[in-house]
Amino acid sequence: MPEIGTPASASDPVPADGVKVGVSTAANGRRRVAVCAGTACVFAGSLKIHDAFVAEIAAAGLQDDVEVSIIGCHGLCSQGPLAVVSDGDTYYPRLKLKDVTTVVAEHLVGGAVVEKLLYIDPATGERVACAHDIPFYKAQTRIAPLRDVGVINPESIDEYLVRGGYEAARKALTTMSREAIVQEVLDSGLRGRGGAGFPTGLKWKFAAGSPGDVKYVICNGDEGDPGAFMDASIMDGDPHAVLEGMLIASYAIGAHEGYIYVRAEYPLAVKRLRLALLAAAEHGFLGDDIFGSGWSFRLKIKEGAGAFVCGEETAMIASIEGKRGMPRTRPPFPAVSGLWGKPTNINNVETYSNIPWIIGHGAAAYAAFGNDTCKGTKAFSLAGKIVNGGLAEVPMGSTLRHVIFDVGGGIKDGKQFKAVQLGGPSGGCVPAHLLDTPVDYESLAATGAIVGSGGMVVADDTTCMVDLARYFLQFTQNESCGKCVPCRLGTKRMLEILERICAGEGREGDIERLETLAVTIKKTSLCGLGQTAPNPVLTTIKYFRDEYEAHIDARRCPALACDALIAYTVDPETCTGCTLCAKKCPVDAATGEKKQVHTIDQALCIRCDACRVACKFDAVLVVSGPEQIAAAVRAQGG
Amino acid sequence: MPRRVARPEPVGAVADAPEFDVDLEQVGAVLAEIDPHGNLIAVLQRAQEVFGFLPEPVIDEIARLSGIPASRIYGIITFYAQFSTEPSGRHKIFVCHGTACHVAGATRITEALQQELEVGDGETRADREFTLGGVACMGACSQAPVMRIDEETYGNLSADQTRRIARQLLEQVVAENGGGADA
Repeated sequence: MPEIGTPASASDPVPADGVKVGVSTAANGRRRVAVCAGTACVFAGSLKIHDAFVAEIAAAGLQDDVEVSIIGCHGLCSQGPLAVVSDGDTYYPRLKLKDVTTVVAEHLVGGAVVEKLLYIDPATGERVACAHDIPFYKAQTRIAPLRDVGVINPESIDEYLVRGGYEAARKALTTMSREAIVQEVLDSGLRGRGGAGFPTGLKWKFAAGSPGDVKYVICNGDEGDPGAFMDASIMDGDPHAVLEGMLIASYAIGAHEGYIYVRAEYPLAVKRLRLALLAAAEHGFLGDDIFGSGWSFRLKIKEGAGAFVCGEETAMIASIEGKRGMPRTRPPFPAVSGLWGKPTNINNVETYSNIPWIIGHGAAAYAAFGNDTCKGTKAFSLAGKIVNGGLAEVPMGSTLRHVIFDVGGGIKDGKQFKAVQLGGPSGGCVPAHLLDTPVDYESLAATGAIVGSGGMVVADDTTCMVDLARYFLQFTQNESCGKCVPCRLGTKRMLEILERICAGEGREGDIERLETLAVTIKKTSLCGLGQTAPNPVLTTIKYFRDEYEAHIDARRCPALACDALIAYTVDPETCTGCTLCAKKCPVDAATGEKKQVHTIDQALCIRCDACRVACKFDAVLVVSGPEQIAAAVRAQGG
Repeated sequence: MPRRVARPEPVGAVADAPEFDVDLEQVGAVLAEIDPHGNLIAVLQRAQEVFGFLPEPVIDEIARLSGIPASRIYGIITFYAQFSTEPSGRHKIFVCHGTACHVAGATRITEALQQELEVGDGETRADREFTLGGVACMGACSQAPVMRIDEETYGNLSADQTRRIARQLLEQVVAENGGGADA
């Protein structure tokens, strides 16, 4: 391994308060500007920011002194595009192209931090210069799955090596017996991070104990839950951690071949994994006689073709075999009969990325994090109506409140927290009075939700819980493979009921009909998709029954979100006649003379929200309920 | 993904695109790699990269070379969302409908595009200029709602902004077609 820079080796003690984010000086000792190239930052234009830094630094003649590098998801996606300058890990969020010129001139040339571009802590209103001092990062414990995500350049194996990369695999392959590795993983208490929470060490033990010369390891990178992006961020932010985890697993269970199955919608992950495979093979970490141990392991990437159900392990195996990705009955479990009928170990991306840390630091160090039933740390993606949207790692057993308020910074725009949706279409909504629930498999299951793969989408009082349930049912109904009748037809019937409730055509008894169908589907479906598809409906009925009743009985959407139940009107008291709503209305429903009160024609309005967004005086009102709408329409005189 | 907005009526100026010619030579290298031991999906993916969709003659050729019945290949094509047997538009527009984008108003983004570009959701316009579709989640949740037009990505969208972007795209298409196409 190349001896460059100041390596933070795998034997470093666990940092007392965990967090190590940002970048130190580049591997070659030069100063470095690290531009986040995680998916969200790329959407926000970070690649243009990167190119601008390269050009401006060259123009300033600093190219030998300052290196510009990309990094994987740095975490605080809502502040993208962002860059971190290695002097003091100075954090520059929400960069615009003109800011790049300023940072180069004042910081890189002038040596002074650009105060006006620094992050502002919304809680205190004060500027924070160093990435590590930002509350979002300080409240996290980044030790295992995200240890290098957002720190290293994911396209450089050298940066992974400098941070102690592949040392755990070397230790495992050259100094440990297979049994000892499996025991270490068992002792760590690591449980499957894909959502089911099955003990990883046990899975390995079964696969290792299955007779046969040909075995396989598979990495499940088919992160299909909408609103979840942890696995994507690990694959495109620290691909070698996944490879190293798989290499250790391959040795432990006796598999010479492996597959990484990546979701079709993650082109960036595919690209970076391919680069990682090439680099690992060049360094001899893949191929024959790895570390001189005589062990050989080969790894291939399989790109998914767009089917949510392929996240289920038996469906994934069918898909890798080139078939329709439909699940089958278990047993036999893949550990006994998996890919092409051979013993197969399937773990999720995040599970594998934990392995090098566990082998490097020991099971006890890992198990020191977490609570009684769940050990270690877990990555979560935070999205929805939350201040700090992004990627976070916290110890298992942290409360939802800690994740959403301490890390996530609370609710956007000063609104009220209503619920957090966990686990996507298989999960459920947890309401405000359960915010102190610890995030572990058992505690969350007791609420009706699940840890799932780790996607958290926060809802505020403008999110309609019936519509959210309808959204997830539409998703699972669409993705049901059709094998089991209860799932195929039952979800369709449930969706129809939810659609009519949202359309203001709900009937008495609809809530009970939904509950009956939900229980039947859960009991009679073969795979996890059907068994969990009703969860979003059941949890929203459990905690937000009043919203369902308001839709059905009063034809009113309390969140003012369901198009069929709301109306846009103008408040004559506040309208100044500025004509902006009329200009923005795409269907000429909003009309009025200059300096006269405007009106919105209910027959023409398509409820696109453009007028309300445009109005600077909050004069466009959204109302729901037949009487409320009638009164508001009368008031605007339309 | 089914949506609540009905497909807009074409204004009439959208002309039908010409028939598609399929030259099997274009996929010769791809088809040569067919391995009955499980790379069918990868072969279909690569064939689709060449044509933008999977034309019938290509499917028949894959069936002939691999010995896998065409009916089974169709079974696979229709199972996975990525595959299409219809030619797609020159410009592909995908709106993210992940959970975060949904609660941030992705439906309104799709509606705006349907109206401005005169194309139904999940459909290709008759003149094959635009295909509009939805994606379950692009993983850019903090920039929600987001969409992708060809290689370009857009975040933090409003319906109004989306309309502006769509109109620019229309102008660009008109200019490329020498001003002769509809707008």
